[in-house]
Amino acid sequence: MIGGLFIYNHKGEVLISRVYRDDIGRNAVDAFRVNVIHARQQVRSPVTNIARTSFFHVKRSNIWLAAVTKQNVNAAMVFEFLYKMCDVMTAYFGKISEENIKNNFVLIYELLDEILDFGYPQNSETGALKTFITQTGIKSQSKEEQSQITSQVTGQIGWRREGIKYRRNELFLDVLESVNLLMSPQGQVLSAHVSGRVVMKSYLSGMPECKFGMNDKIVIDKQGKGGATEEAAGKSDLGGSGGGGGKQSIAIDDCTFHQCVRLSKFDAERSISFIPPDGECELMRYRTTKDIILPFRVIPLVREVGRTKLEVKVVIKSNFKPSLLAQKIEVRIPTPLNTSGVQVICMKGKAKYKASENAIVWKIKRMAGMKESQISAEIELLPTNDKKKWARPPISMNFEVPFAPSGLKVRYLKVFEPKLNYSDHDVIKWVRYIGRSGIYETRC
Amino acid sequence: MLSVMFRFHVCAGEIFELKAELNSDKKEKKKEAVKKVIASMTVGKDVSALFPDVVNCMQTDNLELKKLVYLYLMNYAKSQPDMAIMAVNTFVKDCEDPNPLIRALAVRTMGCIRVDKITEYLCEPLRKCLKDEDPYVRKTAAVCVAKLHDINAQLVEDQGFLDTLKDLISDSNPMVVANAVAALSEIAESHPNSNLLDLNPQSINKLLTALNECTEWGQIFILDCLANYTPRDDRESQSICERVTPRLSHANSAVVLSAVKVLMKFMEMLPKDLDYYGTLLKKLAPPLVTLLSAEPELQYVALRNINLIVQKRPEILKHEMKVFFVKYNDPIYVKLEKLDIMIRLASQANIAQVLAELKEYATEVDVDFVRKAVRAIGRCAIKVEQSAERCVSTLLDLIQTKVNYVVQEAIVVIKDIFRKYPNKYESVIATLCENLDSLDEPEARAAMIWIVGEYAERIDNADELLESFLEGFHDESTQVQLQLLTAIVKLFLKKPTETQELVQQVLSLATQDSDNPDLRDRGYIYWRLLSTDPVAAKEVVLAEKPLISEETDLIEPTLLEELICHIGTLASVYHKPPSAFVEGSRGVMHKRLPAQGTESPDVGNVAGGSAPEAAPSIIPSQGDLLGDLLNLDLAPPTTTGPPPPTSGMQMGGMDLLGGGLDSLTFLLWYPQVWLPAMKAKGLEISGTFARRAGVIQMELVLTNKAMSVMTDFAIQFNRNSFGLAPAGPLQVLTPLGPNQTIEVSLPLSTVGPVMKMDPLNNLQVAVKNNIDVFYFSCQYPISMLFVEDGKMERQVFLATWKDIPNDNESQFQIQDCHLNSDAASNKLQGSNIFTIAKRTVEGQDMLYMAIKLSNGIWVLAELKMQAGNPNYTVSLGTRRDGEQHY
Repeated sequence: MIGGLFIYNHKGEVLISRVYRDDIGRNAVDAFRVNVIHARQQVRSPVTNIARTSFFHVKRSNIWLAAVTKQNVNAAMVFEFLYKMCDVMTAYFGKISEENIKNNFVLIYELLDEILDFGYPQNSETGALKTFITQTGIKSQSKEEQSQITSQVTGQIGWRREGIKYRRNELFLDVLESVNLLMSPQGQVLSAHVSGRVVMKSYLSGMPECKFGMNDKIVIDKQGKGGATEEAAGKSDLGGSGGGGGKQSIAIDDCTFHQCVRLSKFDAERSISFIPPDGECELMRYRTTKDIILPFRVIPLVREVGRTKLEVKVVIKSNFKPSLLAQKIEVRIPTPLNTSGVQVICMKGKAKYKASENAIVWKIKRMAGMKESQISAEIELLPTNDKKKWARPPISMNFEVPFAPSGLKVRYLKVFEPKLNYSDHDVIKWVRYIGRSGIYETRC
Repeated sequence: MLSVMFRFHVCAGEIFELKAELNSDKKEKKKEAVKKVIASMTVGKDVSALFPDVVNCMQTDNLELKKLVYLYLMNYAKSQPDMAIMAVNTFVKDCEDPNPLIRALAVRTMGCIRVDKITEYLCEPLRKCLKDEDPYVRKTAAVCVAKLHDINAQLVEDQGFLDTLKDLISDSNPMVVANAVAALSEIAESHPNSNLLDLNPQSINKLLTALNECTEWGQIFILDCLANYTPRDDRESQSICERVTPRLSHANSAVVLSAVKVLMKFMEMLPKDLDYYGTLLKKLAPPLVTLLSAEPELQYVALRNINLIVQKRPEILKHEMKVFFVKYNDPIYVKLEKLDIMIRLASQANIAQVLAELKEYATEVDVDFVRKAVRAIGRCAIKVEQSAERCVSTLLDLIQTKVNYVVQEAIVVIKDIFRKYPNKYESVIATLCENLDSLDEPEARAAMIWIVGEYAERIDNADELLESFLEGFHDESTQVQLQLLTAIVKLFLKKPTETQELVQQVLSLATQDSDNPDLRDRGYIYWRLLSTDPVAAKEVVLAEKPLISEETDLIEPTLLEELICHIGTLASVYHKPPSAFVEGSRGVMHKRLPAQGTESPDVGNVAGGSAPEAAPSIIPSQGDLLGDLLNLDLAPPTTTGPPPPTSGMQMGGMDLLGGGLDSLTFLLWYPQVWLPAMKAKGLEISGTFARRAGVIQMELVLTNKAMSVMTDFAIQFNRNSFGLAPAGPLQVLTPLGPNQTIEVSLPLSTVGPVMKMDPLNNLQVAVKNNIDVFYFSCQYPISMLFVEDGKMERQVFLATWKDIPNDNESQFQIQDCHLNSDAASNKLQGSNIFTIAKRTVEGQDMLYMAIKLSNGIWVLAELKMQAGNPNYTVSLGTRRDGEQHY
């Protein structure tokens, strides 16, 4: 298990050092500094072995977090723990910076004592930790309060405390997707996938039991066979604003869930039920590769006119409902290294040649669906005797659209809280879809 | 040097000031002072002088202050054990506190104070806390048992904490269960055969239930523990798999990887024609792909594991090539790993795509990555025959770029392509030769020279090319020198007329002017071959070479199996078994995959099967001394390495020369770790014994695993059965730096003081260095004491043999030994066991043998062998009473 945990600043000075195991000595602190922090260039792996001691590190801005061990630990767990540690610290005092760490070092030691015992990670959910690691001096808790804390920390629902109350029960669902594309110059899709996240922000009283439904192909097909179900009621609530096609259901390649979701239930019935943590959480991540709505198509045309001139014409076409607007559109057209001058003409937006980035950057603020726009450029080249041909890097694109390119739709999110007197209908629910470009490239 | 910067001492004034503040009446001031102390401690200043003052602050109702004081205690208690006792009362009192948070804090901290005196006081509070009504206290106490075990294992066993811990596996609270599992797994690791976890279907069921309810970390502990279990049959295996698969959708990658480990392992037991088997295979791919969208560090861990998984079960990810394509922004360590997996997954179906990608990568900036990409192109050519031509032309394009390291790497891989497809792509040789001058790396130079030598008949100026290399022969690396020698000999055999001078030149350079024994030997062999029989030389040197295999860099199957059992852990990241990087007893057990259709529950037991064949280094046989030494001596000659484990000589009759011998276990002739680094402040000693030219040698290997230099080594023996003593001082002249290893051989004499040891061949050794004195004991093979003048006159032998009283004689069998009597007697003679007479009676060979020990005692033996019967009967006897106790 983890033998010790060190936090360093960018110079390699120790800000926090907590040793859990006897086999880790003080010299380990120095070993990491000398071999990793001061040898930045040579570090080719996040796991380093120095004199039979293994160091795992992650970096947040210019702060190094290192976990140390001499045993055959679960490496994935150590990294997950280090990320979690960062999340917890951020939740307590904001950005992870040298100053914040120095100002909160007592708190950090207290947290480290709690979330790592003899190198074994313990409950590290901020919601639970905040109930008893407060830094405001210990209040004299009543016996009930104490046992409530301990049962929460060790309990099955370690991520939520009891007795939360809101005047208005409200929840927000964000479906955030990034769409990735690699297209050939002829318009053939070489690879495309969407990686999406469902982020939930909930302000609900008590211990609400939630059920989340989406247009997952497996569920819809099952229901098709099984006849009508109770799900119909929820559908009207959260119709969602679909983007392009009128697809009924989507095939999800794989999904992972926040630990509040009952996985065995998902495995058996494919239903997503959970008691959410208070506030924000990433409920689910998913990946799809089939029937993706590609919001834009890029049609490039590059012509070499002699040895010193290139003519480039790029057309972009938006491919979604005309009533929707795409935003923050940016097309990046790479230019050869020996470019001497560029002349651009575009009908919409602004385009500029950026010599330092070897690219023409074309920006359009907004663009509605089913439209097209065009840019043409003349690129002057310096004559070179370089035999190497220009590699023609792909044209890349950035944008944001108000729908989910995967076609995912939230069908319902039902809330039950049997102990308190509010029902599913009293909860105000909001759903938002945002599709962003991931790596969206067209070869030319 | 830099560490000095941060480790300055606190000046006296500062200490004084802190002292005053610590003893202040004001709570706030006290707290601030303790904070300052902790801050100094963090940066490595020594504030141990404040121990009593800080401990005085311990009795407070302020939980925050208490935690700070505890933190201080954990750090300094070890250096001030007597003072630490002062804190015990408060701990014991806190363990009774009505607030469960305080009870838990007290027991948690107490476990971290590694002072013997305190651990004694810990037992009672711990016992109570293990049965506390509050789950928070119980889960903390569970971990505390592991802490205590680490300090004093015996105490934990005596106090019965292990049983209480086992009971906690049935606790109602999932987190208590998870921590108990973690603690037990850790303790079990240091007791490989204890069966501590006692996994059975009932307890497995409990674990699987807790799995659904506990925290993400608890799930990892439980899954890692489950992976050590071996189900009784395929049905049980399937039902566990079914209950583990939901974990594949967990957001925590470690949970996913641990679940993959359990599934990969249990899958071995499922019949391949089962529908479920196919379903399971399909279920594994998506979560593995999803791991690649995690943070880069986790991607790295995942990729190292996927590398193992695709070697074990390529079918899982064979359609997922695209996800391993390198992204521009990936960190270099992710890029390199992805590249490795791409090559493993390359097949005829996807080769076009792969090649296009690799070509892109070869134009990137990172030198290592580019080299690996170029090498990958070569490996694709070798793996997928249809693509070879395209690969070669891609490589030629890359050579045209004239980027130095790209060219060199390309030449190295083209050499491999030539070895796979001989006489197919020689057209490219001309292009290669153009780049001769730019090659400055030994590997590339050697590759180019090989190509020139191999295709000498097609290269007009081959002799000129090789001659140009010959000019700086002595500055070349060995690799290049050897290659050059071979290439010129090849050239000579192909074009003898023009190159006679050249070959003579290289032969004289290699044999006369070189210090390198390999080079000289190879030179002499060629010289002799060429001068005696040129035809034979041609057959040898220009023989057809075996084709190189398609898959390279594959992990050896048994290691792969072991690593699969370690998915998710450091072992899987390093691709090394845990014993290679973990010190001490932990992790030395070799885990193995279960066999399909295992019926018996004890195969691959909890410990992962530490059966003899899994750990061939020490065979814990019950055999007795004489049996042992015969067994040994029939095996291949000594000191050359371990006898093959399959030699199949099993000891028959065990009780031969009296009970005293039974306890002797025998040693094999290769180094064993006598003193682990953990026990000797970083000094590791391993060694072996040998008899060379009549002198007994103790061969020691000293390794410095500490971070400081070691000097002033000396060695001494305790009195022992045969009076062994060092014949000279330990010859370690130079200081031993960190991570350095030195081999020393120490001649021994047998004139030291004698004392009978138990076991007889036990030797107690003390080694001293500048740090401390360390003690260890080891056992030597009796056979090294056999002296060379053990030949006995026939008559004397006969007389002695008759003299031996019947009760001093014993018999046993050596089974399955396929040697005839002459071979056996020759072999034995090598170890100073002399055959005095041989007789053949009724088809049985009888060998009469004598052994003389260094202390003058004779042992006589009769060996009966029957042709065709691999079992030998040995009768042994010594003349005098008492001697039999050897």
